[in-house]
Amino acid sequence: MRLWKSWKIAAKDFGIFRRKKILLFSLVALPLALSTGLPAIIWLLIIRRAIPPATIIALLNAFSFFFVILASIIPIGLASYSIVGEKVEKSLEPLLATPTTDDELLMGKNIAAFLPSIAATYAGAAIFMVLVDATTHIQLGYLFFPNWTMAVILLLVAPLACIFSIETNVIISSRVSDIRAAGQLGGLAIIPFGAIYVLAEARFITLNETNLLIISAVLFIADAVLFYLSRATFRREEILTKWK
Amino acid sequence: MIDTENLTRKFGNITAVENLTLHVNEGEVFGFLGPNGAGKTTTVRMLCCLISKTSGKARIGDFTIDNEADCLKIRKMVGLLPENVGLYDSLSAYRNLDFYGELYEVPNDKRRENIERILRLLGIWERRGDAVGTFSKGTKQKIAIARALIHDPQVLFLDEPTANLDPEASKTVRDFILELKKEKRTIFLNTHNLDEAERLCDRIAILKTRLIVVDSPKNLERGIQPKTIVHLEKVNRAVMTAVKKLPTVKNIRTTGNKMILDVDDPEKENPKIVRAVVTAGGNIKFVTELRSTLEDVYLKLIKEAEER
Repeated sequence: MRLWKSWKIAAKDFGIFRRKKILLFSLVALPLALSTGLPAIIWLLIIRRAIPPATIIALLNAFSFFFVILASIIPIGLASYSIVGEKVEKSLEPLLATPTTDDELLMGKNIAAFLPSIAATYAGAAIFMVLVDATTHIQLGYLFFPNWTMAVILLLVAPLACIFSIETNVIISSRVSDIRAAGQLGGLAIIPFGAIYVLAEARFITLNETNLLIISAVLFIADAVLFYLSRATFRREEILTKWK
Repeated sequence: MIDTENLTRKFGNITAVENLTLHVNEGEVFGFLGPNGAGKTTTVRMLCCLISKTSGKARIGDFTIDNEADCLKIRKMVGLLPENVGLYDSLSAYRNLDFYGELYEVPNDKRRENIERILRLLGIWERRGDAVGTFSKGTKQKIAIARALIHDPQVLFLDEPTANLDPEASKTVRDFILELKKEKRTIFLNTHNLDEAERLCDRIAILKTRLIVVDSPKNLERGIQPKTIVHLEKVNRAVMTAVKKLPTVKNIRTTGNKMILDVDDPEKENPKIVRAVVTAGGNIKFVTELRSTLEDVYLKLIKEAEER
């Protein structure tokens, strides 16, 4: 595989994303809302002296997982647009006529959705961590971030969740011909992460490093299966003869 | 340059193309005619290695459409203008072409040079920075043709290049194809437009799942008997008898004061016919020639294929 070709395809998609306000909004608004909104909640609770340090720590651990959910939400729009957008503009045929392999094209589409999504997640997480430390270090007596839990979340779980969402959306995008429908169905990719969060809040599981590593291992396998399925879907023959 | 042998493609129980055997010469403009669903686009897609064949063989230059390594080489040496232009509306004309130039592995300098040359030739260089979405259909079609040429392909597949264009835009595109013809590129032209095929193509194939015929437009037109029509003041028995005696007149019928004669070469035979009519006492008002058009041939062949 020639990665430079995939990069050219991704770079073209970046150029298109830059011109789509709704995609830019999803890349900026949601991470910004989370990264400022969650510390604001903590700050309000602290100034009202409503919670003890132990509760603050529990809340911060729960909030940290929001960045896994964020990493699965942001690619929905990008991956849907990247593929269904090509269908809508009927640009797949000339693209497939170039001396580029199916895998290079698919990798290009993956990179186009992955890099902005993970960059926005990391930027949001960085703002979140700085604001949380600024808000809580007096109350806790130390800087809560960085910590190992957040490191596992950002370096393992979030990227794997992002890939999970992208591959799910590649498969969904092959079955629909409308960007909005692709986006709505693509929302299914968030369900597993929402479910993990609910289970953690209901105290069925704890989101500690060990459990996060187990979640990462399961996600890695799921990603591998989904990647295999999306590769099977993203074949020239399939695209031109079976895609809607 | 393009060779196929019994090329067949089936979609489930439906046969889109059946046993297609043809040869397209290097530098030839080859017209591919047929009604909707005749298998024209499927053939182009197979030849461009976009979809696989069910059976048969096909080669473009030295490469076969059978394996991925050859297919990559084929895709590099052919340019495709699909039925839908498929440009990126939010990107500029230049960026659209530059992107495809990158994918076709055209070196930077050559790419810039090609983009400028083609866009200037098509008269849209000044608007190269405008988003493609702001262009008219005709201009988009021109950019799509430019995209198919960005890597200087030896073979060009044009699928309905003037479909949905207004007459002026169609003419621009046709003139451009004529320019390409002068460059001795092999052009495979899928079209419904018979006039376009007649004007542009060296040879024409008519397809309806199976190949019906391949020949030059002139030879195809000769396939239907030319006619001479003699408009007389009055048709009488003496005139009819005189004309019947001419050995080159194959068949005679009359409608009103018109005599319709089947002759192989009206230009050569008309003076003899006029002389015979006048000698027999006929008063000729005027003589016209009825040659079959490509449309007549096309409709006849397609009808015959449907009846088979």
